[in-house]
Amino acid sequence: MGLISNNPSVRSYIYMIIFLGPALFLILFFWILPVFSTIFLSFTNMGMRKPNWEWVYLKNYMFVGAHPFSQKVAINTLVYVGATLAFNVLIGLLLAILTFYMDDRTSLVYRALWLLPRASPPVVYGLLWLWVLDSSEYGLLNQLLAPIYGKPVPWLVNYAMPGIIVINGFIGASFSLIVFSSALKAIPPDYLMAARVDGASELRIVKDVILPLMKWPIMFVTAWQTLSLLASYEYILIVTDGGPFFETEVWSLFAYHQAFQHLELGFGAALAMILVIIALIAVLIQMKLFRFREMITPVKIEHT
Amino acid sequence: MVRVKLDGLSKYFGEVKAVDNLNLSIKDGEFVAFLGPSGCGKTTTLLMIAGIYRPTKGRIYFDDMDITNIAPKDRNVGMVFQSYALYPHMKVYDNIAFPLKLKKLPKNEIDRKVKQVAKLMQIDHLLDRYPRQLSGGQQQRVALARALVKDAYVLLMDEPLSNLDAKLRILMRAELKKLQKELEVTTIYVTHDQVEAMSMADRIAVMNEGRLQQYSTPDELYDKPANIFVAGFIGSPPMNLIDATFREDSGGYLVDAGSFKLRLEPGMGEVVKNNLTGQEIIFGARPENMEIVEAAEDNTIEGTVYVLEPLGRDLIVNVKVNDYMIKALTKPGVNLNPGDKVWLKVDLDKIHIFDKKTGKAVI
Ligand SMILES: Nc1ncnc2c1ncn2[C@@H]1O[C@H](COP(=O)(O)OP(=O)(O)OP(=O)(O)O)[C@@H](O)[C@H]1O
Ligand SMILES: [Mg+2]
Repeated sequence: MGLISNNPSVRSYIYMIIFLGPALFLILFFWILPVFSTIFLSFTNMGMRKPNWEWVYLKNYMFVGAHPFSQKVAINTLVYVGATLAFNVLIGLLLAILTFYMDDRTSLVYRALWLLPRASPPVVYGLLWLWVLDSSEYGLLNQLLAPIYGKPVPWLVNYAMPGIIVINGFIGASFSLIVFSSALKAIPPDYLMAARVDGASELRIVKDVILPLMKWPIMFVTAWQTLSLLASYEYILIVTDGGPFFETEVWSLFAYHQAFQHLELGFGAALAMILVIIALIAVLIQMKLFRFREMITPVKIEHT
Repeated sequence: MVRVKLDGLSKYFGEVKAVDNLNLSIKDGEFVAFLGPSGCGKTTTLLMIAGIYRPTKGRIYFDDMDITNIAPKDRNVGMVFQSYALYPHMKVYDNIAFPLKLKKLPKNEIDRKVKQVAKLMQIDHLLDRYPRQLSGGQQQRVALARALVKDAYVLLMDEPLSNLDAKLRILMRAELKKLQKELEVTTIYVTHDQVEAMSMADRIAVMNEGRLQQYSTPDELYDKPANIFVAGFIGSPPMNLIDATFREDSGGYLVDAGSFKLRLEPGMGEVVKNNLTGQEIIFGARPENMEIVEAAEDNTIEGTVYVLEPLGRDLIVNVKVNDYMIKALTKPGVNLNPGDKVWLKVDLDKIHIFDKKTGKAVI
């Protein structure tokens, strides 16, 4: 007698549950259930101040279009995601190529330094930037610029959006840096040697050999970062909390504010659902554009 | 096309002396092979000539110009890499055109040259493909076309045939040799296949552990190996190399291997005596210079047939002489069986004697 069962199909079914069970459980509770509860909430007028709730069907969604700040927030989101994406992909690429040309030890130290923001807790990193960009004369940037400017600049009032973009950009850049560095390491050195012998300068090698070979890693980082930027708001929450006056309010933060500050759970849920749908569409478009099938096959850097 | 001169060229990677004090001259239009076992520094030498590696010591000259410190892009060398290194994201056409684009040639001239060299290499029907859509032999031709198209002063080839199957390899050998002679381009060809080197090169530089062992024509390399390494490396089946002592007695000069003794002619013995630093020698004789006789004769080596290796055209007879094995080459059809007692008659004009202490040949 077998320990579990002698029927092979029953046995394999039991094994499946044993092995997949814990993961399925986690997915169910932390992913599927929240999604369904969000969908459910978005069709109600549930709010924390109200003792009762009722179905309102699409009213919340209609209100999204009517809300005076929806358009502003949508544009903010577009600017924020687009600019941050450009910032961290380009900076990440530049840094990766620079460190690629350094000797091993220098490049390691360099990359480790760039990893610090990612390794530090978001709150610490956010507070650090608050200090750097502080409007008073004690802010780090103001202290540094004092000899040139004289009077302190209220950075987070005058340059709130650029500030947010840079803060998030540095975090993202460290991610791109890791991906791009390892992708660069995977390029067979023969290609670079051949290009040198063929008469290419290092700049031409970067343009004509390295960048084309990095196509997949660049696409992967772009897709990944688009999603994470659409969904994340923690640094904005810490540094500007969407201000001054909706200047840096992005969609995900908007949803958070509506749900947990104004306690309009139903409306917040509707906002979140719209973000989910937009993210899904973005993913589908990128999958098509980047030919996802090719991307998930093992070799990301082409060899002959 | 240029003469190439390597003057005391060395490359150390930390403790590893990948190439050590290499001195070598290559004539204009000459086809030279670098031959040696894996890790002996062949690729490293090529990469120094191409300008990819900076020599630790020594200088490189093209004609009379010292190019040691010139960037690779200004050396005008063509190189075929061991891996071919075809750019995977470029079509065959663009791969070949790449060096010309970098030279900023006009578009129509690039087109003309690419098509010309493609025709020469018989890949003109493949120009629209990506490297991954080509067979190994086709890739090799593309790599060669890319190296040739820019009218390089020197053509460097790093084991270009090693990825091909045996039949194609033999075909390409002949083609490459013919092409090189037509183009008259100074060529350095790296290989660890001695047959390839012997059949293609005007001269061969045999290397071992970063050092040049001998630099001469294929025939000379075979007939007059300069040291024990070259003697054992060149030739298949390899030369029989046997530990022995060299002595002079009342009858003249004697090679004494313990289990057999061979008497040398006085003239040869004299030369050996004068060039030897001690008495310890390595006695060498190629298998084809050992005749098998079936009765005892004067000055022969007695042994028993151990195993026969028929090779079609030839037959290798392994003869056990006490505790070592001597290979002799004969024609098939002889009536020999393992266990038979035989005598080996050595062609004494063609023997080699090496000083065991220095490793160098004395005759
Ligand atoms: N970049 C490097 N760093 C450290 N050691 C190296 C490097 N390149 C080569 N070597 C060492 O130098 C020696 C010579 O290497 P090289 O590649 O020139 O050999 P090779 O003759 O081309 O061998 P093969 O026939 O296997 O291609 C080897 O011992 C190798 O380990
Ligand atoms: Mg090599």
